[in-house]
Amino acid sequence: MLAKRVIVCLDVRNGKVTKGVKFEGNLDLGDPVEMGAEYYRQGVDELVFYDITASAENRAIDIEMVRGVAKHVFIPFSVGGGIRNLQDMRDVLLAGAEKVSLNSLAVRTPSIISDGARAFGNQCIVLGMDALKVSPCEQTPSGYEIVVKGGRERTGIDAVAWARRVEELGAGEICLNSIDADGTKAGYELEITRKIAQAVSIPVIASGGAGTPQHMAEVLMPDVGADAALVASLTHIDGYTVGQLKQAIAKTGLPVRI
Amino acid sequence: MTILVDYKAGNLTSVSLALSKVGVPHSISDDPDVVRKADRVVFPGVGAAGSAMENLRSKGMDQALVDVVRRGVPVLGICIGCQILLERSEEDGGVDCLGILPGQVKRFDFSLLPSPRPKVPHMGWNPVRFVRPHPLFQGIAQDSHFYFVHSFYPAPDQAMNILGTTEYGGQEFASILDGGNVVATQFHTEKSGETGLRLLSNFGTWKP
Repeated sequence: MLAKRVIVCLDVRNGKVTKGVKFEGNLDLGDPVEMGAEYYRQGVDELVFYDITASAENRAIDIEMVRGVAKHVFIPFSVGGGIRNLQDMRDVLLAGAEKVSLNSLAVRTPSIISDGARAFGNQCIVLGMDALKVSPCEQTPSGYEIVVKGGRERTGIDAVAWARRVEELGAGEICLNSIDADGTKAGYELEITRKIAQAVSIPVIASGGAGTPQHMAEVLMPDVGADAALVASLTHIDGYTVGQLKQAIAKTGLPVRI
Repeated sequence: MTILVDYKAGNLTSVSLALSKVGVPHSISDDPDVVRKADRVVFPGVGAAGSAMENLRSKGMDQALVDVVRRGVPVLGICIGCQILLERSEEDGGVDCLGILPGQVKRFDFSLLPSPRPKVPHMGWNPVRFVRPHPLFQGIAQDSHFYFVHSFYPAPDQAMNILGTTEYGGQEFASILDGGNVVATQFHTEKSGETGLRLLSNFGTWKP
């Protein structure tokens, strides 16, 4: 049976993995290649690297880092944060990444999804979306709106409609981050995850809000329907190993790769 | 020398890094004559069958692959490199493939299943059931997980060409093909962790 995936996300700033912690600002956690290799040894199913300052600095993703990861990590990993065009996508894939993650760029220029899918295959395109809970209205009937720039800018786009659109355009997978749940450690936003998992036929990765391994199991259950659960602080800060997370998920009866 | 076939497949780098990791010396080539004379061939692939076949034909690499398989040297196909060993794929409105093994490549169709339906592409880690022992499986447990990402699956005509199977959405499909000296995996063995690396390492010393 297809296993539910545990994905660890590493935000990279100035060549170091970083994590924003309440009241403490950004903590430097270590070298992205070393940390990626350690999670690989622990049995993580997939890794995500976000170059969180590349967009703001209008520069390409650090390709040397991607090459370094690919030398040590023999599982799929995706790279995002500084993809500006097809050439950037090609560079990242040729450096050994399996997938690229698109977010704000796809909102501004949706054709990048279809162009990327045509050039490299749908499976390469992970569409990252940040959803904010709003009052349902004509423009956003699902009650969730797509936001960009880390939640600072609203777009007026309905989250469920956007999910359907990106699937049509050729995204191979959706990584759904709840702005409301992100950082709360109170659990994933189950309602929007369910809505999107039911609206599309491509896999959905749930992101934002995991505070315990049980939260991961919750969002992966068939009644919610995420195919993968993404974590960061559970492993980076709280000290869970990937094995411990998977054992806890397996106890609920969900299939995992151990 | 092991030759890794370069026909612009997106996972060329990953396969090369994985071969290096397990100590299989290899060189990358897009020259059909080099592939024809190889002692051992790895044939990667990712993406769509149509563009893969187009890239192969534009260089005459399609015939070189048929020739090198005929010579009886060990050949490993991966993902699209597995599918296009068959005669024809349903992808891209129908694509003629290499026809090294009899059979078709079909799309997962779950439209008749009740909701929630299995997702397409089939993406993630799924166990592989080995149909019979094989030198490539040495040191790998039955039902080990491998990493898959595909919307189309190989459907060989003959059971003897099936070396491994995987279940998805209630359907069992051939996840490893066996053509004697050519073996091909639908999964990405280069991205399947230590298990996948073991298979590659076994391939490096395999004498069919």
